[in-house]
Amino acid sequence: MSVVIEQPRSPRSRKGANWEKYGWMYMRASGALLVILIFGHLFTNLFLGEGIKAIDFAFVGGKWSDPFWKVWDLAMLWLALIHGTNGMRTIVNDYASKEAVRKTLVWALWGICAVLVTLGTLVVFTFDPCPAGAAAELLPSFCPAS
Amino acid sequence: MPTMPAGTLYRGKVGMWSWVLHRITGVAIFFFLLVHVLDTALVRLSPEAYNAVIGTYKTPIIGLAELGLVAAILFHALNGVRVILIDFWRKGVKYQNVMFWIVVAVALLIFIGFAPRHLAHVFG
Repeated sequence: MSVVIEQPRSPRSRKGANWEKYGWMYMRASGALLVILIFGHLFTNLFLGEGIKAIDFAFVGGKWSDPFWKVWDLAMLWLALIHGTNGMRTIVNDYASKEAVRKTLVWALWGICAVLVTLGTLVVFTFDPCPAGAAAELLPSFCPAS
Repeated sequence: MPTMPAGTLYRGKVGMWSWVLHRITGVAIFFFLLVHVLDTALVRLSPEAYNAVIGTYKTPIIGLAELGLVAAILFHALNGVRVILIDFWRKGVKYQNVMFWIVVAVALLIFIGFAPRHLAHVFG
């Protein structure tokens, strides 16, 4: 299918909401927030203390026992996945030359985004830092000894 | 062979290359994000499953790849701020060129602050 490009000075022929504009605004708004969220995430997880060496189940359990980090990580999950998916959509729109391929890829992108946002949100909300039957040495120190 | 047009504002210059880098780093970060949400979701399965997978993040090869990831994030984040300034700041377009070099300098500075510490964690 050939793409019709409108004359630059032709009047606007658009019906419904201008989603491209909202997408453009979203990339900038979420991007600004993500700079703070991700720099903070990298600083606490990779720079402070023992960095990557200290990250294990007990570390995550300790962090997510604090509502502050739950909100932080949830915000990061939603903002980053939608930001990344919309960026990939832009790239697909630029390079996919067949309309059917483009549509399929864009649908796949939003499908993956929806699945991961749902999965991540469920994990944060249903997470148990002290699961029953787990070895005590793998759990955060505040868990009651079983 | 077509020759490159001379004297264009964009092509072959900072504007074009920052755009190219922004795309490449963006795609790389996107694919890491997909993996990262999945590996973190393992905390819901069992401590053993999560620790086993996150253990691979501490190996030398993945440890080095993390340096690349951090470098990509630093450039993408700071160049994103540059894009916002070009769009919304009155003098943004005028200073887009110098802002690119500020982005590179600040990214490099933070990277130099981070890399030795991270390498000490991975190899220490």
